[in-house]
Amino acid sequence: MDYVIEMNKITKTFGDFKAVDDVTLKVERGEIHALLGENGAGKSTLMSVLFGLYTPEAGEIIIDKKKVKINNPNDANDLGIGMVHQHFKLVHNFTVLESIVLGMEDTKNGFLKMDEARKKVEKLSDRYKLKIDPDAQISDITVGMQQRVEILKMLYRDNDILIFDEPTAVLTQQEIEELMKIMRELTEEGKSIVFITHKLNEIKEAADRCTVLRKGKYIGTVDVKTTSKEQMSEMMVGRKVSFIIEKSDAKNLSPVLEVKNMTITNKFTKKNVVKNVSFNVKKGEILCIAGIDGNGQSELVQGITGLMAINSGHIFLNGKDITKKSIRHKCIEGIAHIPEDRQRYGLVLDYSLKENAVLQTYYQPCFQKNGIIKFDAVRDYAKKLISQYDIRSSQDEDSIVRGMSGGNQQKLIVAREIDRNPEIVIAVQPTRGLDVGAIEYIHHQLLSQREDGKAVLLVSFDLDEVMNVSDRILVMFEGEIVGDLNPKNTTVQELGLFMSGSKRSESYEIKSKA
Amino acid sequence: MKSKAKLNITNLNWGVSFLSAVMAIAIGLLFGLVILLISNASEALSGFAAIVQGGFADGAKGIGDVLYNATPIIMTGLSVGFAFKTGLFNIGSSGQFTMGAFAAVYVGIKWTFLSGSSHWIVALLAACIAGALWGLLPGILKAVANVHEVISSIMMNYIGMYFVNMLIVSNIHDKIKNQSLPVSKTAIIPKAGLDKVFGSQNINIGILIAVLMVVIIYFLINKTTFGYELKACGYSKDASKYAGINAKRNIILSMVIAGALSGLGGGLLYLAGSGKYLQVVDILAPQGFNGISVALLGMSNPIGILFAGLFIAHITVGGVNLQLYSFAPEVIDIIIAAIIYCGAFALLFKNIIFKFSKRKEKEGEGI
Repeated sequence: MDYVIEMNKITKTFGDFKAVDDVTLKVERGEIHALLGENGAGKSTLMSVLFGLYTPEAGEIIIDKKKVKINNPNDANDLGIGMVHQHFKLVHNFTVLESIVLGMEDTKNGFLKMDEARKKVEKLSDRYKLKIDPDAQISDITVGMQQRVEILKMLYRDNDILIFDEPTAVLTQQEIEELMKIMRELTEEGKSIVFITHKLNEIKEAADRCTVLRKGKYIGTVDVKTTSKEQMSEMMVGRKVSFIIEKSDAKNLSPVLEVKNMTITNKFTKKNVVKNVSFNVKKGEILCIAGIDGNGQSELVQGITGLMAINSGHIFLNGKDITKKSIRHKCIEGIAHIPEDRQRYGLVLDYSLKENAVLQTYYQPCFQKNGIIKFDAVRDYAKKLISQYDIRSSQDEDSIVRGMSGGNQQKLIVAREIDRNPEIVIAVQPTRGLDVGAIEYIHHQLLSQREDGKAVLLVSFDLDEVMNVSDRILVMFEGEIVGDLNPKNTTVQELGLFMSGSKRSESYEIKSKA
Repeated sequence: MKSKAKLNITNLNWGVSFLSAVMAIAIGLLFGLVILLISNASEALSGFAAIVQGGFADGAKGIGDVLYNATPIIMTGLSVGFAFKTGLFNIGSSGQFTMGAFAAVYVGIKWTFLSGSSHWIVALLAACIAGALWGLLPGILKAVANVHEVISSIMMNYIGMYFVNMLIVSNIHDKIKNQSLPVSKTAIIPKAGLDKVFGSQNINIGILIAVLMVVIIYFLINKTTFGYELKACGYSKDASKYAGINAKRNIILSMVIAGALSGLGGGLLYLAGSGKYLQVVDILAPQGFNGISVALLGMSNPIGILFAGLFIAHITVGGVNLQLYSFAPEVIDIIIAAIIYCGAFALLFKNIIFKFSKRKEKEGEGI
C-alpha cells in the first residue's frame, strides 16, 4: 500500500491521563481519511502529535516511507503537513493576503515584497476555486472565507498533507457542500487529507476511509462505502445510538410565549438587528429559529430574556405582558434560558458546581434563611442534579466550574434550567461543540420538556438538529423572519435557501413589504 | 477516600496562598537588607534585626504598639479587599478614612451632650456614615453612569482632604498648632485594661472592633446571599446579570460598605486618645494606600488581611527602632513597597509553587 502517513502505536499522556493510547493511523496517498470520535476521544491530540505540537511518549511516525521526528510545526511544514485548526488562527487586523503570507514573507533589503506572493495566491485561488478578496481585512470577512484563507495558507506552503480539524462546525449547509467539493478536488490533485469530525453525514459524503477512536484507543479503520452510519456510530460511542428522534405529533395547544412586533436596535451601529418580529411558541411544541449566525437570533433571545433592551414590541408569557419586567421576574415566571455563550452568561466560572447550581434560586427559602445561605441544602441539591443529570467532574459538587469539560458545563446549565420546572425553555445552540453522547442527552431533555407540555424555543445553526428536533421552523434573515416551515415538508436544501435570503414564505413577503 | 482527597486540595490552595505571601515578604525584606547595606554597611545587620524583631523588641509594650498601628490599616485593608472581592478597586480608601476621622473628631468635640460610653460609639458611627457617604458617590457614578470607580474615587480622595481641611479650620481649629482641638474624654475609645496588660498608652479596644469587623466581613462574604451576589458580580458581570442579580444595587452597596469600613478606620485612629490630631496639611492619608498593600498581601481574604495588617504594623514599629541605628524610618516604606510589589506577583508565585509541587508529584510517581 502507498501510505503517505503512517503513525504507528502512538501514545501521548498528560499526567495520568492517556489521551492517545497505542493508536495506529495509516493514510493512503490521495485519499480523504476521516478521523472519527467523540469529544475527548483523542482525535485532536493525535493530529497535534502529527503537526508537532505534542511529542508522543511512544510510537513512530513515517511520512513518505521515511521515519521522521516532528518537534514543532515548522518541522511539520517542512514535511508538507498543513493544518486548519478548529478555531482559526488568523490575525484579525491583517488583510487576507498578509495572513496567507505570514511567516513566509519575501523581503528585499528588509522591505516586504508582496507582488509575487499576490500572484501566487491569486493563481492558487483560481485553480482551486477558493474565492477570496486578498485585500479584505480578516475581521471583516465571513467565517467561510476565513476558512478558505486557512486552506490557501496550506496550499501557499505547498503542503501535500492537509489536516482539517472539525472544519464544518462553523459553516452553513451551502458552505459545507462547497468545502466538500474543494476537498475532493484537492485529493484529485494528489493531496492527502485527514478530516477530523464527529458528524457521520459528512464522512459518508466526503471520506474514503475512516479511522475510529474511542477514549484514546484505536477502535478500527473502515471503508466508508461499505459501512453504514449506524455501524460507525456504534464504533464511536460503543453502543447503539438512535438518530431518529421519536416523538408524537405536536398537540397544538395554547401559546405560552408570544412576541409581538419586537424591534431591537444596535446601540453602536444604530442598525435594526431585529426588525418587527412576531411569533408565538405553544405548549408541547419545539419551535426552532434557524438561520445563519449573526442574523439577529442572539439579539432576539436576549431581548426576550431581558439581557438586552428592546426598542419596541411586546412579550407575553401565558397571556401576561412581561415586556418591562426584570430578568429575575421573568425567571420566576417560568422562563428558562440556556444561553449561547455558556461560559460568559450561563456560569460564574470561578464558583463551584454547587454555587452555580443555585445561580437563580439562591435567594429562595429552601436555600437561605434570614439571608444566610444554607450550604447543606445547596450541597444536597447539587448532588441531586449531579446524579440525576449525570454531570461529571473531578470533585463533584465542589469542583470549580472553570475546570470542568465543556460538555459537563453545558449539562450543568441544562440540569439547572430544566430542574426549575419552567414554562418555556429558551435554548440557544445548546449542543454546540458537544459530542454525540451529550447531544443525544440534551435533545432527549428538550423532548421530555415537550412531552410534559412545556414549550421549547430552540435557536440553532445546525440544520440536522433543526430538522430532527423541531415541530416548526422559523427562519431568520437579516433580523426578519422570512419563513415559517414544517420540517416534515421541507428539505435541508430548501432551508438553506431561506437562510441565505434567496427565498421567503409568502406570508412573510407581503408583511415585510407592507 | 474521596473526602480525604478533597481536603488535600483545599489545603493545598490555602497552603499555596500562604506560601506565596511568605515568599513576597521574604523577597521584600531581602530587598530592604540590600538598601540598608548600601546606605550603611556596618550597621546594616543590627538594623535589619530591628526590623525583623519589630514590635517584639520592646516586649509587651511593643506588641501593644503593633496592635495600635495595625487597627486602622486592617480597616482600610478590609475596605479595599472587600471591594476587590466584588470586582471593584476602591482606591478611594484614603478619602473615606479622612472623612471618617473628621466626623468622629467633630462628634467627639462638639456633641458633648452625649454622656458616657454613648459618646464614642456615636462618634464611631458618624465615622462609618461619613466614610460610607464618600464611597456612595463613586458607587452611584459607577452604577448609573459607568464612571470608573478608580477615577472617581481618586478625585474623592482630594475632595475629602481639602474639604476636611476646610471644615477643621471653620469648626474645630486649634489655631496655635494648626490642627484639630482635642476630643472630649467621653469620646475616647475605652482601653478596658488593655493599656495595663500591654503597658502602652496607645492601645484600646479598637483592635477588638477591627477583629470583629474582620469576622463580620468574612461571614458576609462567605455565608450570606448578599455575599454570594456580590462575589458573583465580581467574578462575572454577565453571568450575574443573567441570573437576575441587580448589579447596580450591588455596586453601590459594595462601595458604601467599603467606605464605611475605611471611615471606621479613621474614627478608630483619631479617637484612640494617643495624642493624634487631625493636621491641616495637604497630604492624603497614607493609611488608605497602606490598605491597598494590606489587601494585596492578604489576598483580599478577611483573615489574610488581619494578619497582613498585623505584619505591616509589626515592621512599621521595627522602623521606629531602626532610628537607633541612624537609619531613616522611611526604609520601612521601601520595604513595604517591595513586599507589595512582590505581593502583586503572588499569582506568579502561586503558579510556580503549583507547577513545582506537580512536578514533584510526577517525579514521585516515576519512582
